[in-house]
Amino acid sequence: MSDIPRQTLTHLERLEAEAIHIIREVVAEAGKPVMLYSVGKDSAVMLHLARKAFYPSPPPFPLLHVDTTWKFQDMYALRDTMAAASGMELLVYQNPEAATRGINPFDHGSLHTDMWKTDGLKQALDKYGFDAAFGGARRDEEKSRAKERIFSFRTASHGWDPKNQRPELWNLYNARKNKGESIRIFPISNWTELDIWQYIQLNDIPIVPLYFAAERPTYEWEGQLFMADDIPRLEQVLGRRPEITMKSVRFRTLGCFPLTGAVESTAATLSEVIQETLLTTTSERQGRVIDKDAGGAGMEKKKQEGYF
Amino acid sequence: MEPVYQTDALIAEDIDAYLVSHQHKTMLRFITCGSVDDGKSTLIGRLLYDSKMIFEDQLAALESDSKKVGTQGQEIDFALLVDGLAAEREQGITIDVAYRFFNTEKRKFIVADCPGHEQYTRNMVTGASTADLAVILVDARKGVLVQTRRHSYLCHLIGIRNIVLAVNKMDLVDYDQAVFDGIVADYAAFAKSIGITGFTAMPISGFKGDNITAPSANTPWYSGPSLIEHLESVEVLSAADQAQPLRMPVQWVNRPNLDFRGFSGLIASGRVKPGDAIRVLPSGKTSTVSRIVTFDGDIDQAVAGQSVTLCLADEIDCSRGDVIAAADSPPQAADQFETTLVWLNDEALLVGRSYWLKLGTQMVSATVQEPKYTINVNTMEKMAAKTLDLNAIGVAEIATDKPVVFEPYSEARALGGFILIDKITNATVAAGMINFSLRRSQNIHWQPTDITRADHAALKNQTPRVLWFTGLSGSGKSTIANEVEKQLNLMNRHTFLLDGDNVRHGLNRDLGFTEADRIENIRRVGEVAKLMADAGLIVLTAFISPFRAEREMVRAMLPEGEFVEVFVDTPLEVAEARDVKGLYKKARSGELKNFTGIDSPYEAPVNPEIRVNTVEMTPQEAAELIVRKLLPLK
Repeated sequence: MSDIPRQTLTHLERLEAEAIHIIREVVAEAGKPVMLYSVGKDSAVMLHLARKAFYPSPPPFPLLHVDTTWKFQDMYALRDTMAAASGMELLVYQNPEAATRGINPFDHGSLHTDMWKTDGLKQALDKYGFDAAFGGARRDEEKSRAKERIFSFRTASHGWDPKNQRPELWNLYNARKNKGESIRIFPISNWTELDIWQYIQLNDIPIVPLYFAAERPTYEWEGQLFMADDIPRLEQVLGRRPEITMKSVRFRTLGCFPLTGAVESTAATLSEVIQETLLTTTSERQGRVIDKDAGGAGMEKKKQEGYF
Repeated sequence: MEPVYQTDALIAEDIDAYLVSHQHKTMLRFITCGSVDDGKSTLIGRLLYDSKMIFEDQLAALESDSKKVGTQGQEIDFALLVDGLAAEREQGITIDVAYRFFNTEKRKFIVADCPGHEQYTRNMVTGASTADLAVILVDARKGVLVQTRRHSYLCHLIGIRNIVLAVNKMDLVDYDQAVFDGIVADYAAFAKSIGITGFTAMPISGFKGDNITAPSANTPWYSGPSLIEHLESVEVLSAADQAQPLRMPVQWVNRPNLDFRGFSGLIASGRVKPGDAIRVLPSGKTSTVSRIVTFDGDIDQAVAGQSVTLCLADEIDCSRGDVIAAADSPPQAADQFETTLVWLNDEALLVGRSYWLKLGTQMVSATVQEPKYTINVNTMEKMAAKTLDLNAIGVAEIATDKPVVFEPYSEARALGGFILIDKITNATVAAGMINFSLRRSQNIHWQPTDITRADHAALKNQTPRVLWFTGLSGSGKSTIANEVEKQLNLMNRHTFLLDGDNVRHGLNRDLGFTEADRIENIRRVGEVAKLMADAGLIVLTAFISPFRAEREMVRAMLPEGEFVEVFVDTPLEVAEARDVKGLYKKARSGELKNFTGIDSPYEAPVNPEIRVNTVEMTPQEAAELIVRKLLPLK
């Protein structure tokens, strides 16, 4: 042993080791785990970590995409490619009630997120009986996330009780749960946005091309810039064709295309994207409409209701 | 604002050069401790602000919030940045640990922002458990307070070796060196008394930014490093761990096909390379490492802090919970320890109750003895105690049902720290640290016998069982158990009936009816029943046994399938109306305390193997039903 030099691990090496340890603990102790896969950059990193954790075995759990039918086309394409590459089963769930009622981001406001995402997630977990779900949330994203445990418990109705969280000491995670409870596990809790980008770059992880700037058809809606990803469908919902302008844009986060604001940019490579991220003066979730509901406690309230 | 700590220039000029430098940064985790008024949140807000971790939109929100609900008048109230939960913002206090992130040119930092009040001791211990360093804040106007002592003691207890005494709000005492020196002298005397061997003191102002990122012109008499400079230069824990012998708790056995068998885990200490001799604990089997497998290809060495998969040269038994260790200096295994416990739950410790104990990847059953003493965290006095309440810290012996591979916490956190989990509520109820193993457990070995329990059972031509009758007083347990034994006797079966009242005349005559005594009563009966089952008998026990946890404890002592829980299900009104021994009457009048069903709870079985309803059945019918369910007896 003495002939091996000591090596100081970098922050990314430590974060990677921690995430892999967390993912393995869940598989060893949970009954029926699943990985929530939203196709965004954080999901991409989480999936990559899962593949590392179990190599040469494929990760011993499926991927679950809670779909709103309003995601970017590029996201659907990458989702299917990555699921195939990982050798994991891909489950796609769409809330049937939201589909029947034609819930969309234009006519239904926050109901769109409530039904497609919050209710859809609950329904999917109940349908398949998953008792542990990996999610790609990070503590640096938002105030209430900063206080959430890595193993976060949900009641039978999927609610979060922030005042009654289990103490989490050292790297000893308590995955035992009561009947009906389920666990959300956040293996990349301690990563920052910069860490995610750099890890993607160092590991050459495929991400949705929308993160890079390109000429895209855009329209304005309530003062923000959006991409017209599916023009016929937009026309159908809006009752008119929005005014389309071609612009060089990219996205800092990805969600439903009518809810995800684009930023004008020429950053076409990973280095340029990271550069822009570091020099930018607004936070990452600023492009998302969801956090602005209910004042400062928007996300905390959503989580208590069962949002991931 | 003061000079801003950031690397903007390089980001804009040469992003690739910046990324290379960032890629090689190390990481330091630290906690900040202090009470609300010490300016802890302000300091963290300042660190985030100075390292440009606050964006414009957040700053705008902060400015407007500061004016509305801030405590700093028209100035920015950084505390609002870090109090994340609605209840915290409303009450202006920190309830839970919050984790914050920032970078400097040299390091990435994770800060655990911990609440200071005594009722949040558990949250502080949580934050401290993963920290390399602690920043202890003192208000320059107030000096070393009771909570300063408490926080320092907790940090020391959890094993944090790097302690920074940050004397804050120096701006409010005119940057007076005498004030600073006085506080440092006070603290040094206290630190020495609790065994803290060294600390770094610095005068700062989180609010004004003095000595945070750079030496302040306001304190020319101070020649030490700024807070950031110090945080950037401290040695991180994982580097020190690499100097220790190899330890890797096995998390998961990787077996994709018949040709591959690897053992996955996070290396807790030491270094490893292919060809190294290893020993698997607790079995003690040896082998050598053949490969270190990762997704990015095999690697030729791995060190503490990395998650890897090891392949061994020999096919030896190794599974989750085992520890792969350096062959020439393996850790020990033991089943009795002296430990220091921090109680984290509203429900107090129940002496004798069986809890889950998780240490590394090992999960065993454990019982805690009466504490030797508890420690008053404000005065450091040792006090006698019967139990541990929420936030109590005490020293107590623990016994486990299986040997645990361990090291004293002071030598290795990973194999010395553990949590206790309530078996019924599944809550994490305590954090523990192993001080040492008790010699008696190492010197008492299992003596192998030639006649096995299978031989005993075969001679009696039956499968041993423990029929555990549980139910309220007066439910009919003894009557039905007696009837079952008669029927089994007629079938030429070898049985023995242990009755609650009878056992209390002899074996358990020293026990009363407190919760702790009831648990010990059941533990002893369980052990006796187990010995009788080992001898091949069908054992019948008739005890109220009100707590689920103890019934489950006895179940865990026996081989799968031998414990048969028989729930004699009689409603309280019916049992009380019968009142065969007149006990309910005494309990109702207050003459008899701790009586199950009256002023002490009965936890009914959730999934008993057999349930009998004594309202609809006679004792004979109930007994016949039980015997029928037991068939075949061999």
